[in-house]
Formats: sequence, structure tokens, C-alpha cells
Amino acid sequence: MEDMESQTRLISDQAMAHATQGPLLTVRDLCVWFELRRWVFSRAGYVRAVDGISFDLYPGEILAVVGESGSGKSTLIRTLLGLHRPVRGTVSYLGRDLRTFTSQEMRWYRNTQVGYVQQDPYGALPPFMSIRQILEEPLIVGGVRDRRQRLERVCEVMEEVKLTPVEDFLFKFPHMLSGGQQQRVVIARAILMRPRLLIADEPVSMLDASIRVEILKLIQALQQRYHLSVIYVTHDLATASYFADRILVMYAGKVVEQAPIAELLAHPAHPYTAALLTALPDPDPENARLLKEIPPGEPPSLIAPPPGCRFHPRCPRILQGLCDREEPPDFEVGPQHHVACWLYRP
Amino acid sequence: MTPKTLLEISNLVLHFRTRAGIVRAVDGVDLTVGDNEALVILGESGCGKSSLVRAILRLLPRNVAAYRGAILMDGLDLMRLDDESFRREVRWKLISLVPQAAMNAFNPVLRMGDQIIEPAVNQLGMSRGEALERARALFRLVGIPEAFLQRYPFELSGGMRQRAAIAMAMITSPRLLLLDEPTSALDVLTQASIFNKLKQIKWETGIAFILITHDIAVSSELADRVAVMYAGQIVEFSDAQRFFREPLHPYSKGLLASVPRLRHRGEITFIPGRPPGLIQLPPGCRFADRCPFRFEKCSQDPPAIHRDGRMVRCWLYE
Repeated sequence: MEDMESQTRLISDQAMAHATQGPLLTVRDLCVWFELRRWVFSRAGYVRAVDGISFDLYPGEILAVVGESGSGKSTLIRTLLGLHRPVRGTVSYLGRDLRTFTSQEMRWYRNTQVGYVQQDPYGALPPFMSIRQILEEPLIVGGVRDRRQRLERVCEVMEEVKLTPVEDFLFKFPHMLSGGQQQRVVIARAILMRPRLLIADEPVSMLDASIRVEILKLIQALQQRYHLSVIYVTHDLATASYFADRILVMYAGKVVEQAPIAELLAHPAHPYTAALLTALPDPDPENARLLKEIPPGEPPSLIAPPPGCRFHPRCPRILQGLCDREEPPDFEVGPQHHVACWLYRP
Repeated sequence: MTPKTLLEISNLVLHFRTRAGIVRAVDGVDLTVGDNEALVILGESGCGKSSLVRAILRLLPRNVAAYRGAILMDGLDLMRLDDESFRREVRWKLISLVPQAAMNAFNPVLRMGDQIIEPAVNQLGMSRGEALERARALFRLVGIPEAFLQRYPFELSGGMRQRAAIAMAMITSPRLLLLDEPTSALDVLTQASIFNKLKQIKWETGIAFILITHDIAVSSELADRVAVMYAGQIVEFSDAQRFFREPLHPYSKGLLASVPRLRHRGEITFIPGRPPGLIQLPPGCRFADRCPFRFEKCSQDPPAIHRDGRMVRCWLYE
């Protein structure tokens, strides 16, 4: 670990200076498109998976990114991890554009600054490695040469994620653990290098209801203990509302609304957010007696998105001649509350 | 007030033989479903709810160790039918199944219409024309444009295919529709619109439902009655009105308390531990080692205790 630290001390010093006030992560006008090819050469167009997203993530903040499948949330986080190159716009970590990182800096960023919790814990763990091997690997890559030191750190994180007694788990293989325990291993691996940012992609959607809350509370506890910034990606507005400080609602590659949780729940501004809130049931026997107002149709194709607002073909409050022609900019409708919808033009 | 009983299951048992031992997936289940009633079976993965579906429809794998009990439907004892008459008289005609991930089970090289009418043609002997006419009506009912009968499965979105699977299950006009996790892979808005359709189907056709799910909030969209399954047993069976307001069994209480709510904010909690394996079940109450109300008696098997029309398998209510 020391080697790595000395190599990257320069970056860290700049980073620390920046970190005292500024956001940890700044995303500006981010566009990630995937080229579609017909045959081999001719270009058939682009899939505009992420199309002009801007937001800031502050130290110690839990930001939920909520969207349905195909809204671009996975592409967004993969770009934040430096796995996709944006066609336009920037992702800056501590004020520096990821694209200007040297390969060494990129390694530093990925290995020590960001922890990643995948959706499917079983798929994320190599089946032929024991828990000890899985958790030692990042330390070996990170340059910790002393075996005893590595084992110490492995046991330490395992206690933190409550995989205890540690001896019972060290030599087990992933298939011998329950889904919840597997997800704990994934979380342990993510926080092993003491990152400052944790990106969790649907961390509980594969788990049973009674275990979900347990895992989310664990992430929350780690966040508070280490003052982590967390990006919690989910399709579930209900869990997001419990575990996040701020929510970003995505629809068809765009952020349609962002607001602090309480504000969003009390005053959902965008018709899409309102529809999501209506659609999500609380366990209430009255639900069985009522029909809900659900916008018809499906999210649009990301290859040829509709002109204007991307939600307009389904929107119950469409302004004809405006929403179907011009793309809505961000309007501020409350404290830290932004919405991309023409209904709120001043 | 209670509707006429349509399906009555008593002491249903389905055990599997594996190398590790006998898996007691369905272990003495009693349930009733009334006419035009929706019964929700709630349970976590591994509690035996999908095996219960198999047991009801007699879709058995080869390694069955025990399969017994009584299933009465409309006075007909289904367990006494031989396999051939069960296939001919019960499946599709009386009970249809929308299996888990049904939307991915369509044959990719056949048009939707041709697949959907198959049970009507094979089981009921309808002509193609008649069956297609019915398929058109059902597509309208589930909210898919009729033109999609001519399309191939890949041309439909996931939500549409799921609705088509529901239409297919209904083409033989069964009395009871079994839905195994019908919306678990779908988006929130799609899920809500499918439940809108299921409610309309229930109101308009008088069909009965058994809905198997792990999602408590979603289950309240359709439920008239709720059965909670834990480690192969039904631990609580109650009307939805009272179940969602004041569940009886400590496990049901824990489940409901673990649901994040958007409208009534409160602390959410979780149930520590995990369900027992179905091979080596603990003696006594199967929930005891996770239960916050455990006392001495819990080391003995709790009986099914009936109280004001509700059933709960817990010594607290003795």
C-alpha cells in the first residue's frame, strides 16, 4: 500500500486541498453514446444511453440514482468508474477530468478511491476463490507485500461487514454462502482499500425482502463511519427514500428531476416522478380496490428518441407545440430542486 | 360475505429426494380459495412457494419422495385423477399457470397469435378461427393492440409479453389462474399497469387468482386473502384487510416492518438470521430461532390456531 501511496501522493495532496470544500465528483453535460454498426463499416446511428447529464456529488452524501431499466443508469455508473469514454461532457474527480488521468492515476482512482458493489453478488465473486483469496486480491494488486498485514486487513473488513466469526468464512467459497452473505463479501471487497466513493448498483434487488434492509443499513453504517460518498443506483424509489439524502430521477438517458428526498416526496414536480410515486404501492389492502393512473406506453428507443421532452408521448400534462418540439432545460422549483419540464418555466 | 369455496387444499405434502436428504418443500399446507377471490402466497426464496405451485398443478420432477394430501376443486378430488385425466381435465381447463419469467418462454420463431391459441385448440378443440377471435378479445382485455397477434415475440416489449402470457393462460377460460411472480422482472410503471389489468380481469371475468410473490407491497394490489409461507408451511392465513393492518405471526410482523413505505414513514427493521434449510428443519417452530417473542413452548411444533376466521401457526395465540 505504501508504494502506491508514494506514487500518488502528489494527486492526493491536490485532492485533499480540493476536498475540503468542493464536490467529490462533478459531472457536466455527460453524453455516452454507443455506435451502432450495420455490417462492419457503415454507421447505423447511436444508442444515446446517457445524453446530457449534470450533477455534483459531495463528500459524505448518499445520492440515489433512480430509473427504470434502459434509463441509462448503468451506463452512467460505468462511465463514473472510467469504463466508458464519454463522447461529450466531463466526469471530474476532485476537480480533475477523468480523461486527463494517466494510466497510473486511473489505477489509483479505481483501486483506492472508488468501491463498486455489483447487483448480482454471486456473479461478482469468482467461484473458484475462497473468501480470503477474493479479499486479498485487491491488496496484492495494491502492493501490500506482507502476508500478515494483508490477512489482518481482510479480517478487519470482514468484521466491519459482520461476516463473523471470521474464521468460519475465510476459507469458504462463494457458493457456500447465502445471498446476503455473498453481498457482504462484495461490500467488504469494495471498502477494502478505504475508498472515498462507493458506487452500489442495485445492491439489494437480488435479495429477499427481509435481508434487503439489513444490507442497506450496513451500507449506511459504513457510509457514516467513513464519511463515504455513496451513489446508490436503484429502480426502487421506496428504498432510495429511506437511504439517500438526494435523488436523481433518470428517464431515457436524461435526468428529469433532482431534489433532496423530503422535498421530492412532498413536491414531486416532473410528471414522470409523479407517475413513479403513484405506481409504487405501500402495503395497504385498499390498493386492491382501486385502479391507478399509469401513463400508457413504454420508454422510448434510445436510438431515435422523440424530439422535445422524451417523456412527452406518455405525459398526461403535455403542452402541445412545446413539449413535443423543444427539449426542456432545467428549472429550479425549490431549494436544490431541479426539474427538466416545461410546466415549470418561469 | 365469504364467496363459495372454489379450491380447497388440505394437508398437501411435496417432498423431494436429494443426495443431501429429503427436502420438505411443501410440508402440510392447508389453503382455500373462494370463487373470484385472489389469494396471495407470500414468502421468501426457498420457502417452498414455487413447489406449492408444482404440487397444485402436479408438475412434478422425477425425484419426488412424497406427494399426498387432498386438493378439491368444485367438489372434484384432483388427487384421485390419474395423470392423463389430470392433464386433460384440469390443466388449462380448470387451472392455468403463468409461470415465472413467462414472458421469456414464448417460442421465438412462432407468431404470438399461433402460440396463444394453442391451448384452446388442443385442450378445448376450438377451431383456429374461433380461438383467434378469443385471442383478440383477450389481447384487448390485457391492453395489447390486436395487431400484435401477427408479430413475433421479439417485437414485443417485456411488459407486453408478460401481458400476452396472461392472455394465453386465460384463453381456455379457466376458473383459477396461478401467477408465479408475474411482475418481478418488470419496471415499476409496467408492473403497476399489469396489476391494473389483473384487477380489471378479476372484476370483469369472475376468475379466481393465486398469486405467488415475495413482494409484500405489490401483493396488496390484488389480495383478498394472504397466506404467508415459511419453511414449507403456511404460518398465517388471513383476509388482506386485517393482515396488512395487524399481522399476527411474528414472521409476518417482521416482513411488514421491513417494507420501506413512501406514504407512512416509520422506522424499518429487518429479521435477523435466515430461514432454515428445508432438509434439516429444526424441531418445534421453524421460525423460533429468529423470533423476538420466542419462549419455552416454541420448542414444540405449534398447531394451526384458528381465530376469528384467521389462521396462525404460533404458540402466542394459543
